[in-house]
Amino acid sequence: MVSSSSSRPRQLAVLFANAAPAVMSVGLLLVAWELYANYSGIKPTILPAPSRVFEQAMLNREALIGNAIPTIRATLIGFACSLGAAFALSMLVDFFQPLRRALFPVFIISQTLPLVAIAPLVVLWFGFGLTPKIMLVALVTFFPMLVALVQGYEATEVEIGQMLRAMGAGRWRVFVLARLPSALPYFFAGLRISITYAVVGAIFAEYAGAAKGLGIYMLNAKNNFRPDLVLAAVGVSAALTLILFGLTALLQRLAMPWEQIVRQPAGKGPGR
Amino acid sequence: MSRLELRHVRKAFGGLDVLADISLSVGAGEFVSILGPSGAGKSTLFQLLTGAEHGEGEMLFDDMPLDDHGRHFAFMPQSDALMPWRRILDNTTLGLEVQGVRRQAARARVAPLLAEFGLAGFERHFPAQLSGGMRQRAALLRTVVQERDMLLLDEPFGALDALTRAAVQRWLEQMWRHHRWTALLITHDVREAVFLSDRIYVLSARPARVLREITVPLPRPRDSTAAAQQAGALEAEILDILLNPQPSKGHDHD
Repeated sequence: MVSSSSSRPRQLAVLFANAAPAVMSVGLLLVAWELYANYSGIKPTILPAPSRVFEQAMLNREALIGNAIPTIRATLIGFACSLGAAFALSMLVDFFQPLRRALFPVFIISQTLPLVAIAPLVVLWFGFGLTPKIMLVALVTFFPMLVALVQGYEATEVEIGQMLRAMGAGRWRVFVLARLPSALPYFFAGLRISITYAVVGAIFAEYAGAAKGLGIYMLNAKNNFRPDLVLAAVGVSAALTLILFGLTALLQRLAMPWEQIVRQPAGKGPGR
Repeated sequence: MSRLELRHVRKAFGGLDVLADISLSVGAGEFVSILGPSGAGKSTLFQLLTGAEHGEGEMLFDDMPLDDHGRHFAFMPQSDALMPWRRILDNTTLGLEVQGVRRQAARARVAPLLAEFGLAGFERHFPAQLSGGMRQRAALLRTVVQERDMLLLDEPFGALDALTRAAVQRWLEQMWRHHRWTALLITHDVREAVFLSDRIYVLSARPARVLREITVPLPRPRDSTAAAQQAGALEAEILDILLNPQPSKGHDHD
């Protein structure tokens, strides 16, 4: 587009301006924490300073990375399964509305299960391998994705549907041409929320029992009175979540180019 | 020679009578308007025609009963119903795509019309980048390229501001003189109906029946001074029928 070359630096400036308050508040929090940990006389085995957490994270980076990989794997595989299932079921529900009333109560109940109670049970039933992690990640992410998709289909402009049917389109064509693209904004909103649940779900599953992973690493560090390593692992999981969150935002920009272009001041474009 | 003919069409939703008794006809190359108050069930009529709903009475097209499969109509809804995620070019070819026309062929059919519809240079734009008037023209282009027997226009300019609406009406009248589409327009705008139509059916409030059938004798082009001068009296007369539905002051059928 004509305007993209000129607006790129401006976009970056806007990005910095938007990020500045967040960076400052996080920075301030870290400084306050550092000062408190250093000057209040609290023991580092109770509350380590952020500088110590960072130092220990660097010293133990191999162990942290080694434990992050199974967590990432469980998160991504579990989330992919959940996404596939949510998509398939959302289509079924969209085509056969009565299914919605039959299935949604079950899924809502599944959302009320306390993870604390469920995680050890799932580990008990399915062992210490990848399976229980995938299941727990799927459990916490499936329903939000399903709801997002079903709501998204229903957000389709009524008149677009009427027009397509008048054109001679059947239900399947209407779904592909109108309902599916209409659901995209809802889908990405759901994606951003569930991807953060997914990481938490994976760590919880590992906490309940695993050979390797950030969850079990945290548990061991806590049992060894190493809150600095617990916090280092928390930092890694936070970074992981932020990266996945950023990836979904990037994916949304790529999948919905019209949103980006529309946000720019009304392009007059060529001609006229 | 009438193409579309409705005889005593009725429709009720549950216990609610929406269409009481509608008889009308639209001839080949004729621009006919259905004028009535908001909520009179005008859009219901289009739902019957496009097969989205079923009613009582006879609906004939070229003397054959309308069925769901006989796709005679290209339908333009109240909103422009452009898909925000499709570029203008892909929005205008949508109907052809649904008919199974290949993308290249569909684009080739739309291409020569883009300039006439004031959309040349905007093929790659998204709908949200266009003004309301341009969006309506894109929606109309999407409707006419389907090359169906007849256009159904459901209050297509209702959402536009007054000035844009006047501009698009003028443009549409000019386009119609050129193409002579067989068209049925739903509107509650008296001026719009008079400006565009050959004939007007004035409907009552719900349950809707035809109050009057009016032939518009104005010369075309309608934006000429002569037409504009005569339009005023006709508009006043129609407005009177709409606002005082009981035939008074000797307003009989003409």
